[in-house]
This record gives sequence, C-alpha cells and structure tokens, in this order.
Amino acid sequence: MSDNNLNQEQIAAAAAHLEQAELEAYEVTKLTDDYPEMTYKDAFDIQWEIRRRKEARGNKIVGLKMGLTSWAKMAQMGVEHPCYGFLADYFAVSDGGEIKTDELIHPKIEAEIAFVTKKALKGPGVTIADALAATDFVLPAVEVIDSRYKDFKFDLKSVIADNSSSTRFITGGQMQRVENVDLKNFGVVMEINGEVIATGAGAAVLGHPAASVAMLANMFGERGEEIPAGTFIMTGGITAAVQCQKGDNFSVRYQGLGTVTGRFV
Amino acid sequence: MNEADIKQAGDELYNALVNRTTLRPLTERYPDITIKDAYHVSLRMNERRIEAGERIIGKKIGVTSKAVQNMLNVHQPDFGFLTDKMAYSQGQEMPISELMIQPKAEGEIAFVLKNDLLGPGITNADVLAATDFVIPCFEIVDSRIENWQIKIEDTVADNASCGLFVLGDTAVSPLDVDLTSCGMVVEKNGAIISTGAGAAALGSPVNCVTWLANTLGEFGIPLKAGEVILSGSLVPLEPVKAGDFMSVSIGGIGSASVRFV
Repeated sequence: MSDNNLNQEQIAAAAAHLEQAELEAYEVTKLTDDYPEMTYKDAFDIQWEIRRRKEARGNKIVGLKMGLTSWAKMAQMGVEHPCYGFLADYFAVSDGGEIKTDELIHPKIEAEIAFVTKKALKGPGVTIADALAATDFVLPAVEVIDSRYKDFKFDLKSVIADNSSSTRFITGGQMQRVENVDLKNFGVVMEINGEVIATGAGAAVLGHPAASVAMLANMFGERGEEIPAGTFIMTGGITAAVQCQKGDNFSVRYQGLGTVTGRFV
Repeated sequence: MNEADIKQAGDELYNALVNRTTLRPLTERYPDITIKDAYHVSLRMNERRIEAGERIIGKKIGVTSKAVQNMLNVHQPDFGFLTDKMAYSQGQEMPISELMIQPKAEGEIAFVLKNDLLGPGITNADVLAATDFVIPCFEIVDSRIENWQIKIEDTVADNASCGLFVLGDTAVSPLDVDLTSCGMVVEKNGAIISTGAGAAALGSPVNCVTWLANTLGEFGIPLKAGEVILSGSLVPLEPVKAGDFMSVSIGGIGSASVRFV
C-alpha cells in the first residue's frame, strides 16, 4: 500500500468534514478536489478515523461491507480493486422497517448477500475456500448507500474516504449454511412499489460472493488488521444500485433465502 | 396486406433465411401491416420450411425482458415456431457461420409440456399443471431484417427472429424450483457477462408461457403436449461469432453450453 501524503491534522480534518456531511445529510465536493495529492493510504486512514470518531462517541461497529464489486463497475472506474467500509450500529434497520429519507442525501438501494463468520480471517493469501470454511451462515441483505458527494460522483479515493457510501442496511429473510445455497447461481429479484426493477445472480459479485469476503480479508491484511470471528459482512451489490424517494417501498426476493422489505418514509 | 403480399413477404423471408441475406423492414414496405398480417407472413415462411422437410417441435416467446425490449425498442412480446432443424444438443458445435446472418445469444428457461394448453383463459396454474419439466436453454436469435431494425410486426413476420437453440442436459420439475427468483449467470469465453433472474421475463417465465398460450389461442393454435416452449431471455442479447464459447447456468435447474463455429 502507498504511503501518506496527508499529515495527521489533514486526515482528522477530512474525516470530520465527511462525517459531518453524513450526520447532517448534506452534499460536499469530492475529497480529491480538496486534497489532490491524497493517496489510497490517506483515503483509508480517513475512513478509519471516521470509524474511530464514531466508536469514541459510543457507537458500536456491527459489520463490514464491500463496494464496487462488479467487474463492470471496476472497469468503468478504471480500478482493479473494490473498496470496503464499516457499518455502525445506527445503520441497522429492521426487516419491514422504515428508512428515514430526511436523514439521507440521495439514497440508493442494492440487493446483496451477507456472510457471518465463525473464524477469524487474516490476509494476505485468503482464498475463496478459506472464506467459505470460515463462514457460519449467509443471509440476504439490502444495503442503502448514500454518497456524501454531489450527484453521487466520485473517484475511488474519495469514495473510500467516505466509508464507501455506507449508510443503512436491512437483513432478513432466511439464513442458510453455505453448503445449502448455490452462491454463484442463486437469483435476486428487486421490486420497488410492486414493479420488478432489477434482477441478478450471485456471480455478479466478483464471480462468487465468497471471493468478496476473501478480498476483504486480504485488503484488511494490507493494514495488518484481521476480520474477527462473528463479523457480519455485506459482499456487494448483486443488482445495480437503484435510487429511491420518500414514499417508495421495496421488496427483494432471494432464491432460497426469503425476502427483505422496507419503506422510505 | 392482401393475400398476394403476404405470400410474397413470407417467401422473401424464407429465401433470406436460406440464402443468409437480409430484407428492408416489412413495416417500411407495408406501413399499414398489422400483427395479424405479420403472423400470416410467418405462417407462410413456416409453410416453406415444412415443405422443405422441417417439423414443428415447439414455440417461443421473445422480447419479454425490459433489457431486450429497450435494446430493440419493441415494447411487447412476440412469438414464433420452433422446428427440429433449429435444435442442437448440449456440447454440440453450432455452425453459425454457415447458417446465420447476425446471431445473438439469449439465456432462457425452456418448458416441456405434458398436456395441451389452448387459450383464451389459460392461467399460471394451468401452465404449471401442464409442465412436465423445465430445462436450461440458449436461444441464438437471428434477424432476416437488415441490422435488426425491427418493429413488432417485422419480428412476428420473421418467426420472432428465431434462429437455433440448445437445450441443457438437466431437467427439473416446476415443483422443485422457484421460477421467479431462480438466478441466471451467462459466461462468454470464460468471463461472466451478465446475470439475471426469472422475474426478468414479464415478472416470471410462467407469465410468459401463459401469455403465449392465450395469444396463440386467439389464432386457434394450442401449445401441445411434448412441445418445447422457450420462455424468453432473462439477460441482454449478446452478439456471437464463430470461435465463441458460451455457457449459462440457472440456480436450481442446471446449465447449458454451446460452441460456435
């Protein structure tokens, strides 16, 4: 991983700036406009500083997520790697629950599959097989993403610093052991206000969602961090991200894994 | 269109199929063509195929997914007839460079029926009750119309742009799979190029077969026991050429693959 070009004060200031935008739901210009010299290491340091700020305030970190996990999206952005983010306790919304639209800027939803680990994973060198062996169970999830950047436009460094656009998530449906689900081929159907808006299958996530867990472990390994046993991990969008407005309701059906629903109020 | 026009257009489409040439859109030559006219043109084209020794073994519904509807700018489904000459087996080479003009591949779910279905009034429950099994399928569509410039009447006349198809080698009862949420993964030359799920075709592949039974019912045509019914693509169309290899896998059903030469 690259070195830092920003100093500690700059990293702390950038983290405060982005977290403020998240907490008060307003847009900012992308961070690389303010700090053109920032490196990937700087970007991750800013994200980890936002995480530290939340924990210092008493929030609990309840999981991790991967973003930009489709080959198409990566090619479009000219990057070779997806990105990751963390999930704070107040991001969780219950199945069938309400998402308060006014707390967000321009939310979009994605259908995902989430893994819960039973063993620690530490990169480098974590494979799909290691990820599957370390998985306790999988369950369906809907992620609400909300870039703090104007018009959802950003580059990879800016989005990493912005906690990979994380904001809310809903889990539900049915948990399953990995051996009982065909994770490459299981299908997903997203309906918004009763209309089928998007469909996809597990392979949309890096060819296999467990590859996303392995890649997360390897990216954590680059910072010397491990993913502890019991971690909830959302592996990335199976469908395209779909913009939602106040008043929209959604229902996502997962082959063999039930449904997840919610409403934007 | 009068009877002579219909015969003429059907013959021209048949000749285009056999000689691998294309025609200008019929909707350009016959601006007042109706879907019924187009259907009669397709009957003439199919009559020529049967005269040449082909046998009808099933039917297809096309233009069922939003992705395909948007790509072709055709906003309703179409239908056509399948003949024995179109069918290829899993793993068999498909000679598209000899037989096709501007081929595109679609991943689909095929239904094989055990009872006849004659619309109108066919429901999804009737379709499920009449289905023996479902099977993964690649349909390779082709258009006898220049550059795929088709309106709905053009594609109905051209036998729903039907080309060739491959069925996979695993068959599953509709009792054992959720046809709405089953996922589809399409790979071309080893790379995953698209994913989708059953709901991509009119909300469910079962809806598609029901639509087909009721639409053909208006012409007095049944879906017959033993026939193969292709229920429509769940993913965007993919242009293919000789040398390409494609495979499709469907969650809970199985896979099909095809090598193009």
